Amino acid sequence: MTHDFDAYPFEREHCLSISDFHRVDIERLLSLGAHYLNLDEQKGGNREVLRGKTLINLFFENSTRTEKSFELAGKRLGADVISMQVASSSVKKGETLLDTAATLNAMNPDLLVVRHGSSGAPALLSQKVSCSVINAGDGMHEHPTQALLDALTLREAFAKEKQARDIGGLQIAICGDILHSRVARSNVQLLNLLGANVRLIGPPTLIPTDADRWGVEVFHDMETGLKGCDVVMMLRLQLERMKGAFVPSKREYYHFHGLTRAKLAHAKPGAKVMHPGPMNRGVEISSDVADDPDISLITHQVGAGVAMRMAILHALSDAQDARRSGGAS
Amino acid sequence: MSIITLTDIRILDPESETDVIGHLRIEDGLIAEFGPNCDVDGTLIDGANLCVAPGLIDMRVTTGEPGRENRETLATAAKAASAGGVTSMVVMPGTNPVLDDMALVDYVMRRGEGLPVDILVAGALTKGMDGSSMTEIGLMQQAGAVMFASGKSPIRDAQIMRRLLSYSASFNALISNHCVTPDLSDGTVAHESDFSSRLGLTSAPAVSERMMAERDVALAELTGGRVLLDLVSSAEVLPVIRRAKAKGLDVSASVSINHLALNELDIGDYRTFAKLEPPLREERDRQALLAAINDGTIDVIVSDHDPRPAGEKRLPYAESSPGAVGLELLLAAGLSQIADGALEILPFLKALTCHPADLLGIDAGRIQQGAAADLVIFDPEEPWVCDAEKLNSRSKNTPFDGRRLTGRVRHTIKNGVVVYSA
Repeated sequence: MTHDFDAYPFEREHCLSISDFHRVDIERLLSLGAHYLNLDEQKGGNREVLRGKTLINLFFENSTRTEKSFELAGKRLGADVISMQVASSSVKKGETLLDTAATLNAMNPDLLVVRHGSSGAPALLSQKVSCSVINAGDGMHEHPTQALLDALTLREAFAKEKQARDIGGLQIAICGDILHSRVARSNVQLLNLLGANVRLIGPPTLIPTDADRWGVEVFHDMETGLKGCDVVMMLRLQLERMKGAFVPSKREYYHFHGLTRAKLAHAKPGAKVMHPGPMNRGVEISSDVADDPDISLITHQVGAGVAMRMAILHALSDAQDARRSGGAS
Repeated sequence: MSIITLTDIRILDPESETDVIGHLRIEDGLIAEFGPNCDVDGTLIDGANLCVAPGLIDMRVTTGEPGRENRETLATAAKAASAGGVTSMVVMPGTNPVLDDMALVDYVMRRGEGLPVDILVAGALTKGMDGSSMTEIGLMQQAGAVMFASGKSPIRDAQIMRRLLSYSASFNALISNHCVTPDLSDGTVAHESDFSSRLGLTSAPAVSERMMAERDVALAELTGGRVLLDLVSSAEVLPVIRRAKAKGLDVSASVSINHLALNELDIGDYRTFAKLEPPLREERDRQALLAAINDGTIDVIVSDHDPRPAGEKRLPYAESSPGAVGLELLLAAGLSQIADGALEILPFLKALTCHPADLLGIDAGRIQQGAAADLVIFDPEEPWVCDAEKLNSRSKNTPFDGRRLTGRVRHTIKNGVVVYSA
């Protein structure tokens, strides 16, 4: 699979949005991700890939799995990794984002992983620093590495069943709080790019205006929306991003939009369930579904997270080296 | 098998625009047959010079149960309804506690079981009717709520109204919003006019109504929600409704019988029994509202039954409570307008039968073979004088006290049982 695309070099400088990549880039990243899924490659593999490179994790919003998986990914590839604790940093003292960027840039990092509460903040940073910027979630805009790891998880899950490493043609439902979800925005783009049929299911107040123009089908009723789905991707109800009431209560939300076995029964038999975490059990998903290893891919997603992020760091770093040597000669 | 036949009666079915003289036979609570050639059997009710129409559906009734039983209970309201020819009524959520939870919806429906009128429940749009926190519209609808309302305090915040309409659209729920702009109307007690300014009453202009209607129509267009412009009262609002309907939006409007029968002059010498919300407006408004019933611009006529003890009415005008009872006088007040030639009978009955049934999604409001025999039998021409003390309501606050009316309910039949006879 890898060989098909070897002729096309991966030349991207940043990973800010799924739309930065074309299909070949995505295939390269996913096959590299699949390579790192092998634990021998991941843990005991080549620590030379990022040797001598500095990775800075700059998280303006709290994160557990994304931050730690980038840290682990960087370390397993041999990079020097530091994580900026924004709570104790100069940002709290009133420094602007661009001043922080200038300060960090003066330390000559090679890779900068950024999460920020404002949409577009990583893109702004990328214009002001001389290293590669990776968007680890910006406001309600995008979370491209999550979408890539979801695609990787799906490929692995369906490879075993369909004997094909392809998610083209799958019916995938993304359910819940689409409006506030950067994961949904990245996933819609990526899954469409990979040929899956995407549906969005949620109450009308949590579906963005004109989402039907995103190349997806929109449903407001779980039972109708889930019919024939191979994959059900649940999203967290992001109460912290809501100003005012979008849904009346957790009880009503769970009743109509929480994933239970009864609702899942409307999907295809053997349908898989995903969730980018952190989960609100009893709000958007029942524990019963989330913890069933036969249907839940949730822990696979976390596992794929480290592998996929290694692949992204690897690819960006190689492209960076090529650019630098190209510039020198 | 219980059989009743209404003989030689004028049969009015508003939906099919049937208006024929014939017999109507009821068997086991259902309409078995009707028309000129209908077989006569069982107990006979002589219908000569009388009319029969589907039992009325009143979409706006306030009771005091739970919490203010001194004003009205469901049972006393049901008695008043039967006396007025009403066989289904929607009770408003502004009780104490507010009907903002499925358990309370269920409670009121249970309390209504066994009464001679179907008690339907409007759930509150916001918790405690605070105007901001959305209630569990989906769960309340599953519990049986037929529509959602906010009493007489409209949803002020456009963003909240937008979300309510948007959210409820997925349940196809009917959202009723009182059609006034609080910024213009709060604290006022009368319609802004030459008359009210002479009386020295604080007043709100009719545009207060038009502005809220324009907003809610715009939001219905944005969200695809179903909105009922609750209690329109002015001529100015009618073009807004016509435009919305021409665009194919799911917008409907209701008017109270009081605003079809009375105008601001009925306030006269500070008569607090004519103090209403929205306020009575000018004669040209009343004429325009009657025309809007005749041409179908306004979908629904309601009694806006609002029982108030005398103590709340016997106060200086500005300090008294607005509101009037209306369940018993709804039909008579309308028939009086018909007798005056201002209103046509079939459009009037449509606004009290098939239109509300369609808006609420209930199987009622029609004379059809096999339909439940919910019927009102009335004499369209009987003259009488309204005496408030003889009303069945626990509260007697009516602006029609002492007035001459034309047309009166003779019998009310609910599921084939005569539940009221004059």
